[in-house]
This record gives sequence, structure tokens and C-alpha cells, in this order.
Amino acid sequence: MPNPDLIDLTTSAGWLPLAFMAVMGLSMLAYVILDGFDLGIGMLMRGADAAEKDAMVASIGPFWDANETWLVLGVGVLLVAFPAAHGEILGALYLPVAVMLLGLILRGVAFDLRVKAALRYQQWWNRAFFGGSLVAALAQGYMLGMLVVGFQDGIGPHLFSALIGLCVAAGYCLLGAGWLIMKSEGALQQKAVVWAGRALWGTALGVVAVSVATPLLSPRIFDKWFAWERLPLLAIIPIVTAALFFIVWRSLRRLPVRLGEGNEYGIWVPFVGTVGIFVLAFYGLAYSLFPYLVVDRLSIWQAASAPESLMIVFMGTCVVLPMIIGYNIFVYRVFGGKAQALDYGGWDDPIA
Amino acid sequence: MMESLDPLLLARLQFAANISFHILFPTITISLGWVLLYFKWRWNRSHDARWMDAYGFWVKIFALSFAMGVVSGITMSFQFGTNWPGYMKTVGNIAGPLLAYEVLTAFFLEAAFLGIMLFGFRRVGNRMHTLATLLVAGGTTLSAFWILALNSWMQTPVGYEMRDGVAHAVDWWAIVFNPSMPYRLMHMLLASGLTVAFLMAGVSAWRWLRGDRGNDVLAALRTGVMIGALLTPVQIFVGDMHGLNTLEHQPAKIAAIEAVWETERGAPLVAIGWPDEAARTTHYAVEVPKLASLILTHDPNGELRGLDQFEGEHPPVKPVFFAFRIMVGIGMLMLLTGVWGAWQMWRRGEPSRLLARALMLMTFSGWVAVLAGWYTTEVGRQPWLVTGILRTADAASAVPAAHIGLTFVGYMVLYVLLLAAYIGALRHLAAKAVAEHGEPEAEGPPVMPFMDETTVASPDAPKGGA
Repeated sequence: MPNPDLIDLTTSAGWLPLAFMAVMGLSMLAYVILDGFDLGIGMLMRGADAAEKDAMVASIGPFWDANETWLVLGVGVLLVAFPAAHGEILGALYLPVAVMLLGLILRGVAFDLRVKAALRYQQWWNRAFFGGSLVAALAQGYMLGMLVVGFQDGIGPHLFSALIGLCVAAGYCLLGAGWLIMKSEGALQQKAVVWAGRALWGTALGVVAVSVATPLLSPRIFDKWFAWERLPLLAIIPIVTAALFFIVWRSLRRLPVRLGEGNEYGIWVPFVGTVGIFVLAFYGLAYSLFPYLVVDRLSIWQAASAPESLMIVFMGTCVVLPMIIGYNIFVYRVFGGKAQALDYGGWDDPIA
Repeated sequence: MMESLDPLLLARLQFAANISFHILFPTITISLGWVLLYFKWRWNRSHDARWMDAYGFWVKIFALSFAMGVVSGITMSFQFGTNWPGYMKTVGNIAGPLLAYEVLTAFFLEAAFLGIMLFGFRRVGNRMHTLATLLVAGGTTLSAFWILALNSWMQTPVGYEMRDGVAHAVDWWAIVFNPSMPYRLMHMLLASGLTVAFLMAGVSAWRWLRGDRGNDVLAALRTGVMIGALLTPVQIFVGDMHGLNTLEHQPAKIAAIEAVWETERGAPLVAIGWPDEAARTTHYAVEVPKLASLILTHDPNGELRGLDQFEGEHPPVKPVFFAFRIMVGIGMLMLLTGVWGAWQMWRRGEPSRLLARALMLMTFSGWVAVLAGWYTTEVGRQPWLVTGILRTADAASAVPAAHIGLTFVGYMVLYVLLLAAYIGALRHLAAKAVAEHGEPEAEGPPVMPFMDETTVASPDAPKGGA
């Protein structure tokens, strides 16, 4: 199937790959946002004191297992629905994938061991938690960069990917700080506002870099973005993104004063605004790449499994995915509110 | 130096290291989830603090094991593609959906409700907390179901047809419930039960020997010993049936396990020896006449097909031969300690020092047996990756040997460190519990003791350790 315009979407071989691309895209987006704030908090722990570290871990404690599982689902769909692309993409990214995995392993295990191992090792596991989060974030950003440049080899693409690595780490810090502004109180909350302010610039740099690089990479993508008839519709994406950046920036300027007065109005703005930025950036990237999984080389239809196998997974997905989303929302509601109340309050009072 | 290494061998070593590290932790969580549910159920009925104390202690170990399982499991989901691209290319249409169902139905259930199980006792109320424990336990078992279905299908594939060298599913029912699946699943679930039984008995015995006479210690110790004593005979029976099933579908594996070099009637059971593949004989063999034939064919003069019938198609003999004997040997030790322990607990109500020491030595026996068992069945499948469909050598990736070697070293260093840290943390948690039990028990309704751990994290908190 060389020409994507000739795909017959009424056949199962035509629409099933599309459906799975949507599931994979949503899983990856969910992963980046949800585990993004976990990883961000891991990186921010560097600048926190012991009590603040505990509060930060408590704020993600009930969620991180489920958050990380979105990555398994996303990579699982890539493996199951697009096995040819799984081999090609992960083969090209063999080393950064391994580095990311080592980081995620260290992070996940340190999460538990920092409170379960002997006290003399606690500092060590705190460092492992920070290091693992940092390494995983950098590796994920590096892989995003490589994906954008279509896995080209050479000093330029690697430098670009390294830059994107730093920017993604900054973006995760922004998410993490935004999460903390909502979930924490007092000095830690004030600190989180400062952290978010710093991370905002790195995030903006990353969004600009990817937006500029993607159209320059391939004439096909360039034409897609700068076709006159679509321009008014597409222009909304950068305009809204810029507006969101402004809103987050302004909110971060105003929050210190407001929080100092004990007024929590608008504490959700930085996090929700950042999520909006991530969603739009993701949408823009997906628009650029579609329908290719590897830039201009491997389309979703070329990479897809047999339709009958996709069908059996699709039916299961239709039943289970809404349930997964439902009980994830349930868990977030159960643990809503300030994080301190999560583990530190109410336990000694049996009736609470 | 790495260029001279065989990328296939490196890919296999790396994958084996990852999967061996990974399997240790699901083996614990699969059964520990149900044991926790049992503790919770006992507490719901009696409101006897010992059950909640036991829950509180073991749920920490559950959380730690779960985390170790999750992070090493993520590695697996990447390595299927990176190390074995030929695998997904050839049987992806069958392996894919089974893996997808594992993630969809099971993994998410565990991961999402784990948060409530660990931290949600006060937030959701007792009933929802019990339900969360049930869902996590059910999720881990469902995970095992799908993974074992896929693994069994790779051993005894049915329900498919080959088109242009690619397997396509024809009958999903047959694929999931393939011939070896019920035996392998039962064998693994029981192995998980035994691993947890002896882990629980062993850690409790360690606490007991250090003078921790808390009611929860005795409750956990008794639970572990009783599960061990009950499940070991069942496991021996199921293992035997699994062996018969293997003889029917994978005779080459059995021939290698028993070191039957030539096809013969009335084959002896080689209890121990040194198989020599080059000379096609077993040196220093200690044999029981006709026993192998009797066990495997239920006829002392039954015929066993030897390795001579599977020239070039049978697994390496030595690893399978020894791994199997290690597994069976540990099974026998489990039977012995289990029955002895159950008898003593029933007669005296508490363990003698000798029993406690023996149980302590058996703490990680389940892990060794599980690994030995998996090596038996997985090495025993060679040279096939999927029996009769795909050879391991044809599934390997084109990734440079140096990259595989480099990452292999990285994984190994991390895994050794983490294993040491895991065992260290178990020891520390047990020691902390021993220290805390020195104080008189608090009055009033039981609080959730395991929640204290998050507050203990500040350096001025009371130090653990005995």
C-alpha cells in the first residue's frame, strides 16, 4: 500500500490501523502527561529538604504505578498492532530505550526503597529517585527528537535530539511543579511556583524547536502545514499554544502573592495550562507525522498486523478501555485534595 | 572483544537475565495478593488486630515486589521487539492479542487499585478497601493466565495456520486453551503459592528467632507453614501430570531431562549423574531401575523415546538435566519442612528453634525452584522459540553485538544491586517490626500500622534495626 490516499477505509484492513493509531496515540499522550508529572517531581526533588521530599512522593504515591502502565499499553499497541514499526523504531532507538528503561527501573524501585530500606541508605535512594527520573526524561526527549528527524544519523540530528531531551525534561518539571502547586501547601507550594517559572522557558524552547524542525524536515510535512486552504484552521494550534504559555506565565507571576495571603484561587491554572500545551504539541506532531510511523517511510497500513488479529484486540479494547479510564478517574477522585492529608493526616484517628 | 561475541547468544543472555529477574517478583505478588485478602477477610470477621498487623507488614512487601515486577516488566515489553524482531514478524498475529489482553485486562486492574489497597484504607472505607485487595489479587492472577497461555502456546502451538511464513489465528479458543496450558498454569500458580508460603514462614521464623512474639508473627508463620504443607503434595501431583503432558507433546524435552540417550524399554530413573553429550552417556549415574518408565508411562517396561530420535532437534542436555533435579530436590525439601512444620504447629502451637531455623533457611527456596523449573521448560524448548514454527536463531535481531553487550552489562549490574537491595529491605522491614514489637501494644481499635512508614522517613524518627 504505497499511497495512503488510496486506502479503502470501509474495509477492516483500512480502518483498524487508524483505530489502533488512535489508541496508541491516546496512551502515549496519557503516559507523557501522567508519568510526566511523576518524573518531573522526581527531578524537582533535588531542590527539596527531607520533609518536602516525603510530601512530594506522597503526592504521586497512589498514582505512579497506574501512570507508568500507560507506557506499557502504548508500546504494547505498537508491538501488537504495528509489529514492523516496533522493530524498526525500537531497533533504531536501542541504546536510548535501554537508557530510559534503566532510568525507569531505578526510579520505580527507589520510590519504594527510599522508605523501606534502612535509614542510612535513604539518601542514596533519594538520589537514585532523582537520577532515574532525570535519565528517563532525558532519554524520552532524545527519542522524541530522533523520531522528529526520522532517525537520521549525524552530529546535527544527535545535537538536536539532545536539545529536545533537555526541553522534555523541563516540560516534565513544569508538569510536576504544576501538580505540586495543586497538591501541596506552604513553603513547598511557594517553591513549586518558582520551579515552574524556571521550567516554563525550557518547555517553550522545546515546543518552538520541534515546531520549526518538523516542517523543515520533509517537504510533505511543510506542504501540509502551509497549504493556504488549511492555514486558518491550523493557525489556531500555535496561537492557542502561545496563549496558554502566556496564561501559565501570568498565573505564575500572580500566585506567590495570592498564596502568601492564603488565597488558593487559580492554583490549578499552571497544571491545566501545561496539560493543554502538551495536548496541542502532541496534536501538532501527530498531524505532521500522520499517516507515517517512521517519517515518510513506514505508514500505519504498511506496519499493521493481520486484520483478524487486530479485530480480536479491538473488541477487547472497546470493552476494557472505557473501564480503565473510568477507574483511573475513580482513583484520582479518591486521592483528590492536598497530598499531606493522604498519608499524614487521619491515620491515628480511627473514625476519621 | 564484544565484536567477537555472538549477537544471538548475547540477545539470549540478556533476555534470560531480564526474564529471570522479572519472574521473581510476579511469583510473589500472584499469591501474596490472595494471602493478603485472606488476612483482610479474617480481620473483617474477627477484628482481631493480629490479622491487620500481618496485613500491614506483608502489604509493604507486596508493594515493593509489585514495583520490582512493574519496572522489570516494562523492560520485557520493549525487548520482545528489540531482541526478537523475528518473533513478532512470524507469530505476532497470535502473540500480540494475548499480550494485549494481559495489559488490558490485568495489568491496569492491578496498577490502578494498588493505590487504593496501599493508601486508601481511610479514604474509601473498609469494604472498598477489601474489594481493592480482591481486584489486585485477581488482576495478578489474570496476568499470569494470559502470559502462561502465550508461553504454553509457544511450547505446544495449535489453532493456527501458516500463510506466507506468517502464523494466522484460526481458533482462538484452541490457542488460549492449548494442550499444555492448563498444566503449566496450575504448576506456576502452585509454584507461586509455595514461594509465598515459604517466604512468609521464613521471614516470620526470622522474626520469631529474634524474640518477636507478636500474635501477627505467629499468624503469618502458621499461614505460611499450612499453605506449604497443603500445596506441596498437590504440586507434586500436578507436576507429574505436567510431565506426562510434556512427554506427549515435547518428547525431546523429556528425553533430555531424564538423559535417555537411546530409545529403550524399562528405562531407569537417573537420580543424579554427569550427562556427557559428546560421549552420549551419563557418567557416575545413580539409577533406580525401571522407575523413569514407570513414572512416565505408568508401566515398568514402557518405552521411552531417546535423544537418538531427535538428532539436532533436542535441547542441550546438561542445563535441562540439572535444572530439573534442582527443582525436584527443593520440592522434596519443601514437602519435608512443610509436613514437619504443620505437625509441630498443630501439636505445640509454636515452632521449636530447630524448625524456625529450617524455615529460615527455606525463605527463598521457592525462587530457586521457580527459576530451575523455568530453565527446564524454556531451555527444554530449544532449538525452537515456537515449537515447529520458529527457531530461536531465526528470530534474533540485527542490533550490533556491542550494543546488546553494553546494555546487558548495564542491566546485570542494576539487577544484582536491586536484588541485594530487595533482600536488604526485607531484612530491614523485619528488623524494624521486631524492634517495634518490644513496646507494649497500643490500646483501642487497630490503626493501619503500615501507614507509619511514610512518617518514619524523617531522620529524627525512631531508628529501626535490631
